[in-house]
Formats: sequence, structure tokens, C-alpha cells
Amino acid sequence: MNSSVSESIRSQSFPLQVWAQLKASSWAWRVTLGYLFLMLILPISAMFAKAATVSPAEFWAIATSPVALSTYDVTFTTSFIAALINGLFGTLIAWTLVRYDFPLKRVVEASVDLPFALPTAVAGLTIATVYSKTGWVGSLVAPFGIQIAFSRLGVGVAMIFISLPFVVRTVQPVLQEINKDIEEAAWCLGASPWQTFWNVIFPPLFPSILTGVALGFSRAVGEYGSTVIVASNTPFKDLITPVLVFQRLEQFDLPGATVIGVVMLMISLVILFSINLLQAWGRRYDQ
Amino acid sequence: MISNPQQLNKPLNDRNLKKSWVPTILIGITVVYLGLVLYIPAANVFYQAFRLGTGAFFENLTKPEFLSAASLTLMLAVIAVPINTVFGLCAAWALTRNRFWGRSFLLSVIDLPFSISPVVAGLMLVLLYGRLGWFGPWLNSNNIQIIFAFPGMLLATLFVSMPFVVREVIPVLEEAGAEQEEAAATLGASEWQTFWRVTLPNIRWGLLYGVLLTNARAMGEFGAVSVVSGNLSQQTQSLPLFVEEAYKQYQTESAYSAAVLLAFLAVLTLVFKEILERKTK
Repeated sequence: MNSSVSESIRSQSFPLQVWAQLKASSWAWRVTLGYLFLMLILPISAMFAKAATVSPAEFWAIATSPVALSTYDVTFTTSFIAALINGLFGTLIAWTLVRYDFPLKRVVEASVDLPFALPTAVAGLTIATVYSKTGWVGSLVAPFGIQIAFSRLGVGVAMIFISLPFVVRTVQPVLQEINKDIEEAAWCLGASPWQTFWNVIFPPLFPSILTGVALGFSRAVGEYGSTVIVASNTPFKDLITPVLVFQRLEQFDLPGATVIGVVMLMISLVILFSINLLQAWGRRYDQ
Repeated sequence: MISNPQQLNKPLNDRNLKKSWVPTILIGITVVYLGLVLYIPAANVFYQAFRLGTGAFFENLTKPEFLSAASLTLMLAVIAVPINTVFGLCAAWALTRNRFWGRSFLLSVIDLPFSISPVVAGLMLVLLYGRLGWFGPWLNSNNIQIIFAFPGMLLATLFVSMPFVVREVIPVLEEAGAEQEEAAATLGASEWQTFWRVTLPNIRWGLLYGVLLTNARAMGEFGAVSVVSGNLSQQTQSLPLFVEEAYKQYQTESAYSAAVLLAFLAVLTLVFKEILERKTK
């Protein structure tokens, strides 16, 4: 941008300044900002505008209606447990993949990304079959009176499936970077394997585990495709919030759908913000 | 591929000999956990699809409902992938080659579609383009239908697959650096020439990986598309919607015939990903 252009920009009012900046910027910028405006800013604004037409009292009544509260419980508690389970097993899997060699390791490593590549409807379909009373896994636990598919447990299994890769993929690179010399130094100084793990390896790993758990949680909270197929979608039993939004829409209850949609969006934004903080915290170990 | 002694240092090896059951147990847990969550469900897709033989499988694939769903899914991907690729390249270039206030904020904004529930994304489109939405009256008077029609499904697909290319291209673009581009510009290359001959060859594998992920998501998206599609058989039913509908109608074989194709797409995506990762290493 030459000086005469910036000179003329400065003499204008703020909206005109932005417009003039945009006109003077490269076409890559214009495509980026234009597309983001059309695809993101406009739809989000439309939703907040719609939510603003609902009075605060009514908003509160819809957002905290008994059925909505029960879906929050099912969605967030189940997602949280699923994310924690993946936090534990994801770390273990990352450890195994980084530290040990075993047959078909490359296949196992590549397969961790399957939940990213497999369409969620397919995941829901096959989990519903495998974990049903007559399915390969479901039939093993059915004699104990445990029903997995079409219950909250099934929702949990679907959430574990779709959020599986996050912890593995965030922990693996950090684990690879950890210097083996430090571990050996700990051993030489007489630390037991457990002490070495908890005091030397775990601290730098912890932020990445938390980030992976948060990413998985965020994904599980919003998940619809697999969970809607695995669940029986019975209110107060295994109905999740995204399905409730969908049902409100099907009943042409736009304000109802919008209010719960805004609640979900706000929670997603809070989670996204926390993940950014976690990642910044994890970078303190970078040199 | 049994443990490679050269990778481990001597003191480590002694520890491992004493505690040789630890790796075995951890590998065992890994395989059992992945088996329960990933492999058994994945194997089940193929088992169910071919349970009644390949004849029944191919017969399901010739039904008009399936064929129309498959072609709709292809159409969505064919249009959505190039659009998001162009956007991804522009955004990645703008964000890497400029340092400015609010850059990391803009990066988070581009990532938003990953955090927003697909259903909420669909809802936003309904509130924008639906009959009662912002543009509803105008679209209605001009006889344009977006929601419960192909354009709505396309918008939903574009929304959910937006960040992939940006995310994959930014790191490779950062690694490539701006020096070569600047050199090309100094030597008199136009912006286009610089892009085609300098930038693109540098970022091609990262870009291809982003395109691959965009395609997988575009073909597989269920939630957002399902909100805006209306799910009319042979009209606005994409392949993932067909899978769910067939399953709900107790046509399990049909559902699995379509599901196995989508699963095959997923496996193909992972294989290409492996190839691309080896190329970049």
C-alpha cells in the first residue's frame, strides 16, 4: 500500500477506513474475509438476532425447561466421561505407539484416525449393531442385564468412538519430543519407574492430555450423526441436546430451537477459549 | 518388527528386560481398547454388507434411491471441495504472509466450524435462508429455494468442511518461508506465476492432505446436511442420510451396502494420508 493511499484512508470515518483498507488489500484477503462473512458471521448473527427476539424471561424458561436440563445432563456428563476415558486410554495408546514396536504397528497407528475419516452415520449404524442385544459385543454383556445400544451407555460408546483420535494426536508429538536423557538421568539418580513417570514424563505431557480431552469433549458435545442412531432418543433417558434442537426445528418451534442452539453455541465458544488457553499453557515447555 | 535394540540405549534395555511384561500389557490394552471401539465396529460394516453374498450387495447398489443418493453426495463434494480449497489457500496465505493484530483471533474464528455442533450450523442456515429467516421473504418472492433443497445442503457441507485446507496449508506455508516468493517477485514473476511455480510446489502435499480431509468430511457429513435437507428420497437425500433412513426403515442390508461404500472411502482416505505423510517426511 503506498503512502498516498494510507493518507487518504486515515482522513476517513472508521467504516469507510475499513472499506478502503479492504479495497487496497490483496484479493486473497478479500476472498478470505468475504467468505468468512458470508459463511460464518452472517449465520451466527442471524441466530443471535433470532434469539434476541425472545424475551429474557422466556429465554430462561426455554433454556432451563426440564427436558432441556435433562438433555444437558445426558450430553455434557456423558461427553465428559467419554473424554476422560479417552484421556486415559489415549495417553496409553500414544505411549505404546511412541515407545514400543510390535507387529502391524503402522496399521494400528494409521487406524487411530479412522473416526475422523469414517462418516458419523456409518459409525452410529455399526455401533448400534455391534452393541445391540444380539450384536457381537452387546450379546456378551446382555446376560448381565446391561443394555448398551439405545441407552445412555450407547451414546457414551459413540462419543468415545468419535473423540478417540484427539488425545492420541495431541499427546503423541509431545511424547516424541521428550528427551530420553532426562529419564535416564532420573533413573541414574535412583528414581523408580513410577517416580520417573509421575515426576519427569507426566508434567510436560499433562497440558497436551488436557488439550486432547477438551478437544474430544468439544467434539462429543456437538456430535449428532452417530449418537442419534445409537440412542433411542427418549426424553429424560438418552436424548441429547443436538437432537433436541433438531426435534424443535421439526416441530417448527424456531424460538425453542434457537434458544437451545444459542446455549450450545455459547458453551462451544467457552470450550474453544479454554482450549486456546490450555494450548498456550502447554507451550511454556517449548524452548 | 519385534523390538529393535538399536533404538534403545543400554540402561533402558536392562530395565526393559527386567520389566518385560509392561510393554506386553500396554500393547495388549491398546489392541483390546482399539478393538472394542474401532476394529470390531469397522469389521462389522464389511461383515454386514457382504453377509448375504455379493449378489445381494450389488443388487442394493442398483436401486434408484441409492443411485440418486450417491450422485447427490458426489455433486456436493465436487462443488464444495474446490470452493473450500480456494478459500483455504487464500486464508492460509493471508494469515501466514502477514503479521497483524488479531491474527490468532482470526485463526480461532476459522476453526469455529469444528466447535459448533453440526445441528446448530444447520439451524443457523435455516434462520438465514429458511421461509421465516432473514432472506426468506426475498428468496420466496424470487422463487429461490435454498433450505430443503440442494443449495442448502451445499452451504451446510461448505460450512462443516471449511477449516481443513487452511489448517493443513498454514504449517507447510510457514515452513516454506517467503524468501523464494520474494525472489520470484524480484525476478519479475507475476503474482500468478509466483503462486503456480513457487508457492504451490512447496505446499502441494499439505494442500493435498487438506483437500483429502475436506472431501472425506464433505461426503460424510450427516448432522448439518440433515437439518437443511428435508430428507426427501431421490431428491434431497445424500448417502449418509440414505444410510440412516434405510436403517430406520428396517432395511438393514440396504443401509450396510451404502455404509460399506462410505467406509471404503474412509479407508482410502487413511491410505492416502499415510502416503502423503511419507512424502513429507
